[in-house]
Amino acid sequence: MMDSLILRTATRLLLALMILFSIFILWRGHNEPGGGFVGGLICAVAFALHALAFGVKEMKRLLVLDPRSLLGGGLLLGILSGFFAGPGGDPFMTARWIIFKDATGAKALALGTPVLFDIGVYLVVVGALLAMVQALMEED
Amino acid sequence: METIMAFAVGGMVAGAVYLFLSRQLLRVLFGVILLSNAVNVAILLVGRLTPGQAPLIGQGQEVLGQGLANPLPQALILTAIVIGFGLLSFVLALVYRGYQELGTLDSSQMRTAEPEDAV
Amino acid sequence: MIAWLVASPILVPLTTAALCAVFWNRPSLQRVLSLTGSTLLLILAGLLLARVMEGGVQVAQMGSWAAPFGIILVADTLSALMILIAAVMALAVAVYALGDVDAVRERGGYHIIFQVLMVGVCGSFITGDLFNLYVWFEVMLISSFVLLSLGGTKEQIDGAIKYAAINLIATACFLLAVALLYGVTGTLNMADLAVRVPHVANKGLVSTIAVLFIIAFGMKAAVFPFFFWLPAAYHTPAVAVQAIFAGLLTKVGVYALLRCFTLIFTGDMGWTHGILLWIAGATMLTGALGSLAVRDLRRALSWQVVAHIGYMIMGLAIATPLAIAGTVFYLVHDIVVKTNLFLGAGVVRRLSGGDTSYAKLGGLFTAAPILCIVLFVPLASLAGFPPFSGFWSKLLLVRAGLAVENWAIVAAALVTGLLTFWLVGRLWAEMVWKANPDGDALGTTSLGGAARVALVAPLVLLSAITVTIGFYAEPLMRVSAMAADGLVDPQAYIDAVLGAVPTTPTLVGAADTAAMEVQP
Repeated sequence: MMDSLILRTATRLLLALMILFSIFILWRGHNEPGGGFVGGLICAVAFALHALAFGVKEMKRLLVLDPRSLLGGGLLLGILSGFFAGPGGDPFMTARWIIFKDATGAKALALGTPVLFDIGVYLVVVGALLAMVQALMEED
Repeated sequence: METIMAFAVGGMVAGAVYLFLSRQLLRVLFGVILLSNAVNVAILLVGRLTPGQAPLIGQGQEVLGQGLANPLPQALILTAIVIGFGLLSFVLALVYRGYQELGTLDSSQMRTAEPEDAV
Repeated sequence: MIAWLVASPILVPLTTAALCAVFWNRPSLQRVLSLTGSTLLLILAGLLLARVMEGGVQVAQMGSWAAPFGIILVADTLSALMILIAAVMALAVAVYALGDVDAVRERGGYHIIFQVLMVGVCGSFITGDLFNLYVWFEVMLISSFVLLSLGGTKEQIDGAIKYAAINLIATACFLLAVALLYGVTGTLNMADLAVRVPHVANKGLVSTIAVLFIIAFGMKAAVFPFFFWLPAAYHTPAVAVQAIFAGLLTKVGVYALLRCFTLIFTGDMGWTHGILLWIAGATMLTGALGSLAVRDLRRALSWQVVAHIGYMIMGLAIATPLAIAGTVFYLVHDIVVKTNLFLGAGVVRRLSGGDTSYAKLGGLFTAAPILCIVLFVPLASLAGFPPFSGFWSKLLLVRAGLAVENWAIVAAALVTGLLTFWLVGRLWAEMVWKANPDGDALGTTSLGGAARVALVAPLVLLSAITVTIGFYAEPLMRVSAMAADGLVDPQAYIDAVLGAVPTTPTLVGAADTAAMEVQP
């Protein structure tokens, strides 16, 4: 933990921004470069920065959940997204889509199980990295 | 270009093997990093080097168009990098712990699991 | 629905692991989950084998992406058989772990990592894609790193570092071989490779790649000359971990060799299988001699893991249908026996106060006669005494060797058998008949009620399997012969994968869009 006023003040501002940005990257990964992995990395970096500025205890308090439970939850979400293929009789992981259309009838938004999978990846990455950060920083 | 890259891969592997031969564990680990990077470059190389655009399927299209890079090696390398990162960070932590517990990084002195007297 | 059954050996342990991770701070719940998951895996694996025996090779295209483009899971007789036997081991070890794994290791995530290990093992057995095999190997590898160092004693850290170092290099070799193979064929689907590799013009390069695969899988399987890490590491972790490592992990390497060198690299058999034959002989002899040189029960057993890998490689190298059937039979026999022996050694270690060197053992027959009888079964089977499973598996391989008139490898196999017999005699004398150096040995009642059941029940189960295979070898022989037929003539495998009708997704979402239209 670094005892620096500048870092603390900056982190307060940056934390929210970085988490927002990570969610934006997660969402953007739907059709363009980005995705759960990169998004998760950014989110994890945000929390790691917080741990650096305020200490691991503060980060744990902020996170509420144990990072390893987060990891498990993400994994579960990823597996679950594959199970949506079941009712149609398709193999595991076959994508399912709900397509929203705008007034002209053009495709406006396609929501599908890959998004769910990506959110799962996001959570796994955040959980895994924060578990590492926690283990390494608690040692000192 | 392929030839130059192939020689670069060869050079990296040679460097990695040289580092493996060290008794100092940290050097061995650096060798592993070098080797896994050499393999990643090799994957890129066998997918053929083409000066192409990013392989994204445009709106309204069903398949990849012409003049785009081969996406498969990139996917393989990304997977390999992620796996390699995970393995390596674990092994680094393990070696650090080993240094704390055993007090040495010299592999010829690490005989706790295989004591010389018990053969 | 069959696609789901084929995917279940991956899905069940993966879901179990994820659930265990969610309940990270509740070890008692994790135990229940781990047991339930292992039982479910066993049931589904049994169903899968029955389905494969009845209906031939079963294929599942993940995400409806057809081969050779998507990742494909293929269950042929060999895969299904290996998954079934792995599931039996998982259940036995999960039960044993209830009495063996201490609270510190449980809090370190033992149950989660164990299930992840099973994901890797089952995934390796069932995948039909070479790069996917690499991924499952890594899943297995990273979880084995964690399991090996879990607990963190000096001895474990030392063993884990050596294990990790050699495996990282093996991994890089594997990946390089995969890359080069992709470079010359443009595909990584195993069935597609089987079709394309014979047409590659540069035969020399294919043979080079084949040797790279021998090195990569050989390091996993701990064959000569890549076996040094195994006796250095396998005797260090918790008993449940040792048992599953000794039983399953090296065998995954053997399975990968078996798959690749019957399906993909069959063009230059004189060269590749010639190398394998030399490796087989050297592995058998070094392992057996090594086991005689050490004076510690668990270390001797570690060396025996190496020795018996040699037999399986021998069958693969001879490559006649009889020899391959022998290898498959040997795989099943050896997985059961090695797991059983390591679990048994764990109980013996408990009774002798934490040390298994010969100097500390003895007097077991007076203290725990029933345990001795249970342990006699895997030991006798290891040496190949007649009614037990080891006898039939060695008989098949020796007959296959004699049939091709390869006297040298048969001699090596028989000498190894003799040396193993010697070792078993020595172990029996040191452990059971010799008087205990510290007075009377402790009986199994000293383990305490629940722990006693959890520790001894898996031993009885596995010994019962060994005896059953021994006295009633016919069914396993038939399955092995079926698996061997499928490996020697892989046309059915190739047809099932490449000819599989691509399942067009039924697009539930797209069909229902009219009903779901939303006006923004």
